[in-house]
Parts: sequence; structure tokens; C-alpha cells
Amino acid sequence: MSLPLRIPTPARLGYSFNWAGRIGLAVILFWVVIALIGPWITPYAPGDMVDWNYFGPVNGQFWMGTDYLGRDILSRVIMGARYTVGIAAAAVVLACAGGVILGMIAGVTGGWFDMLLSRLLDAFNGIPSLLFGLVVVAAVGSSIPVLILTLAVIYLPGSYRFARALAVNVNTMDFVTVARARGEGFGHIILREVFPNILGPVLADLGLRFVFIVLVLSGLSFLGLGVQPPNADWGGLVRENIEGLSLGAPAVIFPSVAIASLTISVNMFIDNLPTRIRDRSE
Amino acid sequence: MSEPLVCVRDLRIGAVTDAKRKVEIIRGVSFDIAPGEIVALIGESGSGKTTIALSLMGHARTGCAIQGGTIRVGRHDVTGMTEGQRAALRGTEVSYVPQSAAAAFNPSQRIMDQVVEVTAIHRLMPRAKAEAKARELFRALALPDPDRIGNRYPHQVSGGQLQRLSAAMALIGDPQLVIFDEPTTALDVTTQIEVLRAFRSVMAKGGMAGVYVSHDLAVVAQIADRIIVLRGGEVQEEGTTEQILNAPAHPYTRQLLDAFEPVPHVSATPAERARPILRVDDLCAGYGVIRDGKPAAKVLQNVSLQLERGRNLGVIGESGSGKSTLARAIAGILPCYRGDMLLDGEVLNPDLRQRSKDQLRRVQIVFQLADTALNPAQSVGAILGRPLTFYHGLKGAARDARVAELLEMVHLPTALRHRLPSELSGGQKQRVNLARALAAEPELILCDEITSALDTVVAAAILDLLKELQRELGLSYMFISHDLSTVEAICDEVLVMLKGRVVEALPAARMSADATHPYSRLLISSIPKLDTGWLKGLEQDPELVAQFANR
Repeated sequence: MSLPLRIPTPARLGYSFNWAGRIGLAVILFWVVIALIGPWITPYAPGDMVDWNYFGPVNGQFWMGTDYLGRDILSRVIMGARYTVGIAAAAVVLACAGGVILGMIAGVTGGWFDMLLSRLLDAFNGIPSLLFGLVVVAAVGSSIPVLILTLAVIYLPGSYRFARALAVNVNTMDFVTVARARGEGFGHIILREVFPNILGPVLADLGLRFVFIVLVLSGLSFLGLGVQPPNADWGGLVRENIEGLSLGAPAVIFPSVAIASLTISVNMFIDNLPTRIRDRSE
Repeated sequence: MSEPLVCVRDLRIGAVTDAKRKVEIIRGVSFDIAPGEIVALIGESGSGKTTIALSLMGHARTGCAIQGGTIRVGRHDVTGMTEGQRAALRGTEVSYVPQSAAAAFNPSQRIMDQVVEVTAIHRLMPRAKAEAKARELFRALALPDPDRIGNRYPHQVSGGQLQRLSAAMALIGDPQLVIFDEPTTALDVTTQIEVLRAFRSVMAKGGMAGVYVSHDLAVVAQIADRIIVLRGGEVQEEGTTEQILNAPAHPYTRQLLDAFEPVPHVSATPAERARPILRVDDLCAGYGVIRDGKPAAKVLQNVSLQLERGRNLGVIGESGSGKSTLARAIAGILPCYRGDMLLDGEVLNPDLRQRSKDQLRRVQIVFQLADTALNPAQSVGAILGRPLTFYHGLKGAARDARVAELLEMVHLPTALRHRLPSELSGGQKQRVNLARALAAEPELILCDEITSALDTVVAAAILDLLKELQRELGLSYMFISHDLSTVEAICDEVLVMLKGRVVEALPAARMSADATHPYSRLLISSIPKLDTGWLKGLEQDPELVAQFANR
């Protein structure tokens, strides 16, 4: 008896995507690859002034035109992907991991711990995010680790709230009661009984938060508090070249398109996750 | 014979699933209903009884569509009508009494406004006249204070009253046909009687025809003239109530009837007088904030019981009597604030976190709803494997072999272990639920209404399985249920609970004969019997009813 060799593709494992999800995934992967291989594919050094003309048009030499100092926009967008995708991904992972772990602990433990943590983070939630970012970056100075941590801290309370609300619901289900009556420890209840059943919504929330973080990061950079020159993330590129709009220069369009394409495709991907991940609790 | 009021011919209803697969729900059903006749549609869940009943109003649930056949109600051809014409039909020609009256009423409006709404929508009569008619109906349905009950909000009346009020809502437009969709299923037995009586008298007075959808043959026997037995969207048998109950022709009907007849339980092992497996003394438990060592809401008060090894204890009572709380207190999920529990002579700590792993293993609890009791993210194999690893340290191949054994024990195919709970039927889920408790190799299983959510035939199979497992493994069960025939079928002794107290302990086989407490007598006499004359002949002391029944 011989079993035919089958490559375990996502579809065969039951994780098939619909078209919107696939397009979203493709765009995300595209930007991730660009971010990884960026330094090797930039046609020009991103910091060099390569064109005598500033705000140059799209042509065969400069595919996306040039910026206010005559630097190649294509090279700068490629290098910007490193900052935007990297910082946003790191921050969203930190925010969601922290929020979900704390949320599950609070939701399952309940009592004074839940009360204390919830009120504390609620109070924190009251601080406007951009204002908090401005104050921290202004006080500590802007560096990439500071940016990542600041963004993560801004988005942790929301993620905590969300995960806690879900965990409280799952916690009252009979299968959790059965596990508790069996004598299972706290770790097992959180990791095996609760976490798999809140995973779908938590992933959707992660996607949404990623988009918010990209936008806040771009906002900070637009205000000059994000990634510092001569480097620039996409938000910084928009700020640098916004004056070019009145001159009809295409420089500002491409970083804007990059931000839009990334945020929209993340949403498309998360909204169309395979049902097996998304609707596990059904 | 006169012209039938309703004429259904070769009705076909289909649906398209999410996976774009076409499913036939109703496959060519034909029947007639004469004017003034009540026809019952009987069947298990999924047999299409509600779908057929709704189609008489020209309504199909989302995703379903009437694909063939004709339905004629009075002079109207329902299948050929436009949606607008059907809307005009509903409420005036055909009306509907839903299963859950609580969900059918808008909680923010007064009852009267909702009852007379039909007359306003169809412009049948002026408001004052409609209200007078509603009060007349309230009186006919034996509602208390009929002149003022309409001013109340839905939460200010009891469940049984609300169900009768929803019947008033259906009857105010003088329909020719009333559809009752399991209207008493969610009610307690003592409440059910009053509602059934009210339905019967008002239907007889009005000379209306009715369709009564139910899975409960005994209830149907009280109210229907004719019974149609359905299964898988096809008519199995059709006949007068007398004929179906006394001389069923179809094997499936016989199966349904057999499932209903309680087989008196014969104790597997003679009672050992040595040491009871479970002994509970003076147990008190409740919910809410604890002040001075007592919780705000006291549910259980001074409950004492004793369960001999190898025997079964039934706990019966209506909703809110504290049956489930008792199981949770014994399992330690809800720590009791007073009282002692002894498991096989060993003191059980009230809080399960203070109990030893071995004590936890010996007492297992099985919940009513297998849907929520099984982790939807874990496969059947993982669900059953966990207690094996946790209590017995089994791993790898040994655990897999034991999982297969457990599945076999509850009569499920071994291949099922790779499935998720959502891919199982209700009965299969309940078996997995039971197998998980067995995995611990317990001595006592607390069964909290484990058959209540299942169809009669499936529930009977689960009961047989419980008995078989008891013979093989020497288990003891504490069996909580509101259904007396289930309790009778499996238990040796029965506790009757009322408002958190045990009012009487009875031997299960002689429950009706031995009951002395007035509440137990009322409860036992309220269980519908498979006899068309039962409700008519039933006499209950009205004072007793007023005292205990939550009507």
C-alpha cells in the first residue's frame, strides 16, 4: 500500500483564502520582501542628490520622479518600507501580545486584579495617542526603539480591553468550567481553553491596530518626530514633499500610495482569513 | 366531508448552504386541514416541522425557499401570491404563536399596544374596539386581572402568562388558522397545563383550525385531533390522535412512542449499606457578594442527601429550584458556605481548588449543553486525551488507544477523534461529553439535565448508554432533570426540590403513589400522559396550584 505524496498546501490543510484575502496577502508579502531586500535593489543611494532638478517628473531615469532635494523617490520609498513596515510590525506585535496576555489573565482571574488593571489602562486610554507620542519622543528623543515602544504602549490598552471582553465571555462557557472542575491550572485554562477561542477576533483586531500604528507613525513623521532625516519612512516622505503638490510634482503621490496600499491590504487580508482560523468558536 | 381549509400538495422546500450545496428540507409533503381541526406536526429537530408550519404563511426562513408544490389556505393560493399579498394574509387569515414568547414581545412597549398591533396594521377595527376584544381574549385565556394586564410590560408577567398573551396577539385578527410553534416547550410542567388548557378552550370556542408543532407526543395528545409524524422532511405517518397513540402503523412512530414510555429502572446492584459514595449534610450555597460568610443570594438551603454506591439519585424540580446549583456545589465549582460533603467517607472541601486530584477525578460533572461544554477549538481526540494525561499521565500511543476505547464505550466510531465538536450531531456531542467524564475513571457522575436538549429517541439512547456503563463500570449517577419520565427510567431514589430546599425524598418506582408533600404531588400530576383524555380528566387543587405553581 502506498500513499500518494501530497504537498500540504494551505488549501489541502483546510486554510484556503478567497480572492480578496489572496490579493491582500500578496501586497503585504510584496512590501515585506521590499523591506528585506531594500538596500540591494535601490537604483540610487537613497540619501544622494542625483538630479539637478528638484521635484522632477516621472521619467525613464527616475521612475517615481525626484524629491525637493533632487533625490530619487523610488529609492526612498523602497528604503522607507523598512522603517514603516518594520516599526509598525514590531509595535503591533508588542501591543497585541501584551494586551492579549494581560487581558486573558484579567478576564479569567477577575476580582480586584481585573478591576485594578482595567481602571489603570482605562485611565491611560484617556490620553490622546498622538499627544502622548509627541511628549515621549520630545522628552526622550527619537530613535527607532523609542518609536516602537511608544507606539506599542499607545495601543496596548485597546488591545487589552478587546481581549479581556472576549476572554470574559469564553471564561463563562461550560468547557472552561469543566477544565476548572478537572483541576486544571491557570496556564492550561488560558492557553488551551481560552486563547484558541478568542484567536479569530484577536487577529482581526491585530490587523486593525497595525493600520492605526502605520497611520500614527506616519503622523509622527509628518510632524518631524518620527524617523529622523536623512532617513525617512513613508510618512516622512509625504511631509518632505507636500509642497511639491502646488508645483504639480508627483513626488508626494508615491509614498501616499504605499501607505494606502499597505493599510488596505492588511485589512483585506485580515477580513478574509480562512474561516478555519476566523470562526473557530462557531 | 366538507372542503378542507388548508390544502398542501407535494410541498418542496430547499436551501442552499454556505458551501453552495443544495439541500432538500421538505420533500414532497401533502396534507389537508379541515375547518376547526387541530393538526399536530410531530418530529425530531431537523424533521422540518417548523419549516412546514411557517410555509403555511408563505414564509420561508432566510436561505430557504419554497421550490415546488402548492399551499392553499381558505380561498388563497399562498404559493402563487406576491410578498405583499402574503403580508395581508398574515395575522388575519393565518397567525403564528412562537416558541419563545419572551423573545416575541418588545420589552419596551406595553402588552396591550403589542396585542392590538395586528388590528392597526390591517385596519380591522378602531383601537377602542380592539382593546375590548383583547380583554375578552385575555378573559377567555384565563389570564388574571384581564382588564388591567394589558397595561403591564412583558417583564411584569410570568412566562406562562406571556405565552397566553402571545396567543391573544395571534387570535385578535380572527384568523382561520393558528400556528403554534412549540409554545409550551420552554415552560415548566405545572405552567404548561394552564397554558394548554387555555389554548384548548379558546380554540374550541372560536372554531379555528390549528397547526401544533411539537416534539412532545404527550402534549400533542391533549390538544390535537390529528397527528402527522415527520422525519427528514417526509411524512411518515398520518392519522387521528387515537390511532397514532394506540395503533401506530409506521415503525418510526412506534420508536417515538417507545422512547416515551419510561422503562422502570431496576437497580443494578443491591444497595450496599456499608458506606455511601456521597453524603451531603445541611448544604447551603448561593451567589453574589459574601457578607458575614453568607452570600447575597442564597439558593440552596439545608440540603441533605445520601447516595449509595452503584445506585442513582434523581433530582427533580422546576426552573429556579436550585437543581443545577446543587450539582455545582457538590462539584466544588460553587463553594458552599455551610454544610458537609463526604465522598466515600472522606471529607470534600467546599472549594475544588482545595481538593486533591484524586477527589476531583472521582467526581465528574456532565453539563446539559454539549455545544458549550466542548471546546470548539479542540478535536474530539484532544478533548478526550486531556483528562487521560491530566489524571493518569497517559501519553502518545497509550493515550490514543485509550481514546479509541472511550469512543467505543460510548458507541461512537473511532474515526470521529479527528473531528471538531462543530462537525458532530447533538447526540454525538453529548456522547463525547460523557466520554470525557468517563476518561477520568470516576465513581460518581453528576449529570445536569444531560438529555433535556436532545430529541426523545436520542435521549432514550443516551439513557440506555448510561445504564450499560453503570453495569460495566459500577458508576453512581446523580441525575438532575425536570423530566420525570427520564428520572423514573434511570434512578432509584428521587429528591423533589422547591426553592432551594429538598421537600421530599421518594423511591423512583413509586413516585406517584408515595408522594405526600403537596408540591411533589402537584409536580408529579402535572406531567402530561400519553392519553388523549388526560388533560380533561386532570383535577388539581386550585389552592395548591396557586401556592406553588409559578403561573
